[in-house]
Amino acid sequence: MSENNHLSSQFDDDLSRLRSHVLQMGGLVETQISAAIEAYSRGEVASVKHIVETDRKVNDLEVAIDDDCAHIIAKRQPAASDLRMVFGISKIVTDLERAGDEAKKIAKGVRRIYEAGQMPSQYGIGVRHIAEAALAMLRQSLDAFARLDSPLAIKVIQADVDVDVEFKSIMRQLITHMMEDPRTITTSIDIIWIARAVERIGDHAKNISEHVVFIVDGRDIRHQPKENKA
Amino acid sequence: MESPMQIQETPTLKAEARNLNFFYGENKALRNINMPIYDKKVTALIGPSGCGKSTYLRSFNRMHDLYPGNRYEGEIRFFPDNTNLLGADVDPIEVRMRIGMVFQKPNPFPKTIFENVAYGLRVRGETNKRVLEDKVEHALKGAAIWEEVKDRLPEQAPNLSGGQQQRLCIARALATDPELLLFDEPTSALDPIATGAIEELIHELKKRVTILIVTHNMQQAARVSDYTAYMYLGEMIEFGKTDEIFIKPQDKRTEDYITGRMG
Repeated sequence: MSENNHLSSQFDDDLSRLRSHVLQMGGLVETQISAAIEAYSRGEVASVKHIVETDRKVNDLEVAIDDDCAHIIAKRQPAASDLRMVFGISKIVTDLERAGDEAKKIAKGVRRIYEAGQMPSQYGIGVRHIAEAALAMLRQSLDAFARLDSPLAIKVIQADVDVDVEFKSIMRQLITHMMEDPRTITTSIDIIWIARAVERIGDHAKNISEHVVFIVDGRDIRHQPKENKA
Repeated sequence: MESPMQIQETPTLKAEARNLNFFYGENKALRNINMPIYDKKVTALIGPSGCGKSTYLRSFNRMHDLYPGNRYEGEIRFFPDNTNLLGADVDPIEVRMRIGMVFQKPNPFPKTIFENVAYGLRVRGETNKRVLEDKVEHALKGAAIWEEVKDRLPEQAPNLSGGQQQRLCIARALATDPELLLFDEPTSALDPIATGAIEELIHELKKRVTILIVTHNMQQAARVSDYTAYMYLGEMIEFGKTDEIFIKPQDKRTEDYITGRMG
């Protein structure tokens, strides 16, 4: 990345506006996820409506940012780091939007559980923990994007393994639970969906980090064995 | 960028600059250039005005010999015979038979279309009318202008449109079967449609001939070339595959230039 300005200050403005829109969108998705985690832990079903509403804003931002990317490509023909930035952003917003969708799924699952008169926390205590880990991953991937920090992005990618392991352990717990007491099956399945959504958020954070590595270093490390990602 | 779809190939050398320096009198215009030119590939030279790209390009066919006080150091090796193009024993006229050149502004001779293309052959001593006609047709076809001019060969070349004139100049350069074609900003005086036609032509030509092109249009370099060299203040800063230069250049100066950051 070059710290020099472009000859065209308009181009500089376009690019920095694009980047700040991505961070704004990332901020919204972060709030969605942390609100979903709170709803899960405390049974705040009222906030579910708000999470769903935020999702509309996130969707609108995705469309607007992609539109800006297309305009920059058409008008400026970006090359090298600029090209990687625009291309990477277009991919990052896709992952952000999907992470937002997962938050919405969590919120809806929470509402189903509470409306059925159940308390989810008595089933899977691990869910809150894994959700916080996934949220931290997303936050760090956005930090890595804001600071163009590829070592931090690599750390996020490595952290995804822990989230995956924890997800599998939650699955095992809940399966045991369901076998012991079939009356818990409905709620347990909802919790599995929630845990699954959380695990997907971790995957999207990992993808975002991979896009950051591409933007910063020009290396495409998707679908590579772990040792190539360092 | 290496993708599994591309067959990895090792290109063969067509020419190579070795420790090349060039002086306009006291003024050093090229500084220790080392650079390969690969056979039947397009190599683009990019860089800001005055960086030495045209000076470098013109060294290949000894254009600088036409002015007193110009001086070369180092060598440009031309393969497969491994001739030093800059050698004192090498006849510049011979060099220009093997290395054609197309300039920024189309410069047809004030002659007929036919005679423009036949000129180089006549200089070579070709007098057989049948051979001349065949070679002119072949060259005009190679320059993708045959269909447009086949019925007007006796017309004056300067009456053609700018884009047609430029393709005629390419045909003229092709007529002597050169091994290397030098293009010095061949489309900067043309509209986008004529530019597109020349770019398409370059793509076709590289099946038969090696091409070295100077261009100010970076998108053009990205579109037409296989290799790109970035020059600055008489030095060659970076040489590499075009795909790599335009996605991930290694040198910060290249990065700044192609992203439009240089003041």
